[in-house]
Amino acid sequence: MFDRDRWQEIWSSLSKNKLRTVLTAFGVFWGIFMLMIMLGSGSGLENGVMNGMGDFATNSVFMWTRPTSIPYKGLPRNRRFYYRNNDIQALKDNIPELALVSPRLEGGGRNSGNNVIRNNKAGAFSVYGDYPEWNQIDPVNVPMGRFINQIDIEQKRKVAVIGKRVYEVLFEKDEDPIGKYIRINGIYFQVVGMFTPKNQNMNFGGDKEQSIHLPFTTLQQAFNYGDIVGWFALTSKPGIPVTIIEEKAKTLLKERHKVAPEDERAIGYFNLDKQFRQMTGLFTGISGLIWVVGIGTLMAGVIGISNIMLVIVKERTKEIGIMRAIGASPSKVMGQIITESVFLTTLAGYGGLVLGVAIIELINKNLPAPDNGETMFLNPTIDFKVAILALLILIVSGAIAGLIPARRAVSIKPIDALRYE
Amino acid sequence: MIKLQNIHKSYDMGSNKLHVLKGIDLNVGQGEMVSIMGSSGSGKSTLLNIIGLLDNHDEGDFYLDGMLIRDMNETKAARLRNQFIGFVFQSFNLISFKNAVENVALPLYYQGVPRRKRNKTAMEYLEKVGLTDWAEHLPSELSGGQKQRLAIARAMISQPKIILADEPTGALDSVTSMEVMELFKEINQSGITILIVTHENDIAHLTQRIIKLHDGLINSDHKNGHHQPLNVQAIAV
Repeated sequence: MFDRDRWQEIWSSLSKNKLRTVLTAFGVFWGIFMLMIMLGSGSGLENGVMNGMGDFATNSVFMWTRPTSIPYKGLPRNRRFYYRNNDIQALKDNIPELALVSPRLEGGGRNSGNNVIRNNKAGAFSVYGDYPEWNQIDPVNVPMGRFINQIDIEQKRKVAVIGKRVYEVLFEKDEDPIGKYIRINGIYFQVVGMFTPKNQNMNFGGDKEQSIHLPFTTLQQAFNYGDIVGWFALTSKPGIPVTIIEEKAKTLLKERHKVAPEDERAIGYFNLDKQFRQMTGLFTGISGLIWVVGIGTLMAGVIGISNIMLVIVKERTKEIGIMRAIGASPSKVMGQIITESVFLTTLAGYGGLVLGVAIIELINKNLPAPDNGETMFLNPTIDFKVAILALLILIVSGAIAGLIPARRAVSIKPIDALRYE
Repeated sequence: MIKLQNIHKSYDMGSNKLHVLKGIDLNVGQGEMVSIMGSSGSGKSTLLNIIGLLDNHDEGDFYLDGMLIRDMNETKAARLRNQFIGFVFQSFNLISFKNAVENVALPLYYQGVPRRKRNKTAMEYLEKVGLTDWAEHLPSELSGGQKQRLAIARAMISQPKIILADEPTGALDSVTSMEVMELFKEINQSGITILIVTHENDIAHLTQRIIKLHDGLINSDHKNGHHQPLNVQAIAV
């Protein structure tokens, strides 16, 4: 493999017509280069979108109520109903597959004008009543203070965790908000934490930075919601399909609220797991397409190499005849031609690989850092394993490209090869 | 060394067959220096190619060094050519991108001899043909006579039993032709059998035995009584 004569022969044969060799090699170079750029972009797109999802629990389903569509047990259709506090315990007791139950109540939106006031500053922000569990479904960073905790819930404390934008609007620059009071819809709450969202692509209407989390129970009592629950966020235990808890929770809630079991419209829901799977499927599809197109381009290049090898073998017919006359065995001749083909393919492909990776790295380096996670393109990278795989494909396809010319070279009888002019 | 019995060879030329060798019987002993003559189309090159294992015969028995040659695959033929036979061609057939010493060493390369060792051996053979000073030159930088001497060195390096030369002087002037023939004679004296295909009478007369082919058959086969005329020696020196 590494003897000098072999490489001398390869060099001599390839350098005889340098322009032709370079143009041929360019086909493979471009094939691999395109494959790398596309793979990098694909991963960038995927990273961007997935990063937007942040740590959001994708094994989750959300359920709210809608007017019933079927009369049932003497109750008319178009009846409105609400989830209640005792549904929380009922869900936990009856569905063992549930991991988290996080009820939420939306306490007056920002649509009604400036609802939050502090001293001479005011803003319109979304107000949510939450359980501590919420932070495991849609996690946030809490650079100052803390998130809602269980004691807040039990003691119905009038505390608030405010979003970054809320902090910026209501407080002076560099002011410590912890322990300070803000007025929400006329009631004072003490700020115990400030959060920044980990993701922006997943939200429930409105900018998360412009929202305030209150303890669920506090919001219920302070704003006269009684024991009404706005909606539920449910997650399944690891390994259990979300569809199972979705079905069980729907059945249970319908039963508890006298909704016809066949009423498909009374419970609104959103199965994030399903959506997430579809999106993952989309990326799998994109990645598959990239490989199909990439390998296709690569194959075009490899076929070019095979063609040129055929021409080279034809040009060298007499030389190969001489070598065979003085003792080169057919396997030696074939080995020589296949090595030449693999060498050319791998060299060209490696060039494309290096340049492709370099450009992807360059883009990665110069990509502006996404502020507040809002991006569709992030960290385009090429997996090291993929690069190795591409190199292997190159070597194999180089060998295949050399096979036909190599067979052609030894299929001619040495005597005919010697006579060839 | 070479024993041919009723050798036939024909080529397909489209619809009709061209019968080139029509039953050749020939014995060449070890250490003989034989020339094969004949007009073009008489089959002399075909005969040489069959003996050199570059081509197969259709019919008859061919023994090379006591070994029956039949249905040989190309791998085995290549190995036998490498070990038993040295070739010298009219057009030299040197590898253009290899320098003199590498060209000479090439048969040893196919035997798997390490580069350093085979180049050392090649230098010895270059010295025998008087080309030591040209060892690093490419074939394109050599004269016709030098090229043919280089080819002879290459034919000898694997210490073959037979050297087959197809019109070795065909592309050379008379002085260099004599030099080359002198070289063949020296090689022959070391016990190597030499077959030379030629159509030049004075070349044939430098060999010990002249075989004349005509229309695929041996026309005459006689010992050459005066195969070493004095005046030729004078030219060679």
